[in-house]
Amino acid sequence: MAKKPIQFHLNGSEKAIFVEEGQNLLDVIRRGVGDLTPKYGCGQGTCGTCTVLIDGKPHLSCLTLAETIEGRQVSTTGGLQRGAELHPLQKAFMEGFAAQCGYCTPGMLMAAKALLDKNPNPSRDEVVEAISGNICRCTGYEPIINAILEAAKAGGARRYG
Amino acid sequence: MPVRVETYDRTEDAARALSSSRSARFLGGGTLVMRAVNAGDQSFDTIVRLRDPSFSTIRSEGDGYTVGAGVTMAAVAQSRDLAFLAPVARVVGGPAIRNMATVGGNLFATGNYGDFTVALLALGATVNLAGSSGRGIPIDDFLRDRERHATSLVLSVTVPRPREAGAFRFLKVSRVKPKGVSVMSIATYLPQSGGRVQGARVAYGSMAPHPVRATGVERALDGQALDAAAIDRAAAAATQGLNPPTDAIASGWYRTEVAGVHLKRLLAGERR
Repeated sequence: MAKKPIQFHLNGSEKAIFVEEGQNLLDVIRRGVGDLTPKYGCGQGTCGTCTVLIDGKPHLSCLTLAETIEGRQVSTTGGLQRGAELHPLQKAFMEGFAAQCGYCTPGMLMAAKALLDKNPNPSRDEVVEAISGNICRCTGYEPIINAILEAAKAGGARRYG
Repeated sequence: MPVRVETYDRTEDAARALSSSRSARFLGGGTLVMRAVNAGDQSFDTIVRLRDPSFSTIRSEGDGYTVGAGVTMAAVAQSRDLAFLAPVARVVGGPAIRNMATVGGNLFATGNYGDFTVALLALGATVNLAGSSGRGIPIDDFLRDRERHATSLVLSVTVPRPREAGAFRFLKVSRVKPKGVSVMSIATYLPQSGGRVQGARVAYGSMAPHPVRATGVERALDGQALDAAAIDRAAAAATQGLNPPTDAIASGWYRTEVAGVHLKRLLAGERR
């Protein structure tokens, strides 16, 4: 199998990497680049834990053919914090006990970030809709929904770009 | 990984690559093909890609719209022209799926997926294939013969504009809210003339191996005023000629039992 060179931006920094034919974006981010924040869950588009932003919009990285992201901007949870300072969403998740086992958290955070970037003051229904493609088997969703609303209320989510 | 990826810039080349190999699949948004790759599906060894921007455009044409096969559910939901289809596009998957899943891919979705195609079937859309000299195939015929069309490249779908607002309705029934896979989906197109339904088209998803017309319901409604009596007769004929499948989401028995209830609610305009 031939390898193909691709270039893209991951959390603002340029990456040039060889990808295998048929390899998905999640595999490239984890094995190729070494950013282990997005997780492999179902591989079927059901669970949402592999959610990353491509050009600011949520996508499932396990269902994205890696070579299709040539030249595009990819963001993961790994790029959320600034130095030692957590992103307002991360802080709200921590303070509101919105992560238990933590496996869904990277996907939840990216789905929530996509929402707040577009809509800094969402209603509860809009939050529920935004994370409707992300499954959590621990929390019962309420702490997650509340944390996202808290992060929105605290403001500043946009500063992190 | 045992797949080869072929990328083309011209539709003719992509169509030729697809038709010349029985083991090639066309990549739309990836929600079906990459899913199969992840599951280790050995039935194909080549992925065909097309990089043609016109593949993802929505054009107003005559009394309808031609929607490129590469148009995503998110793009449909945001389109001013396709406002009548926005409620359908919005219940497909979650936000990430809607940014990926395409109109063309939805035509080939199996099992409990493919709700958008149910709406296209009720609206009487036509499917435009590469190399078919501009004449589209009625979606009824396309779906009946869907396996055979897997080696053709779907370029676009032409959707007639509903003659009157409110003539088209759609309901997706799922156990999990707001996002859940379909127990069934129902789309009705009931244009009226002189207070009576003329040319009813009613379609189901998840009630057969592919989206199907509910011919019994259509017969019960055609030529009738859409009153309580007609709606009752339509509900009684809800599963006429159908043998709904049993799967992980619901049994065939359950689907048969509840189809009339959901159809009645949709026809009566009850919001749930």
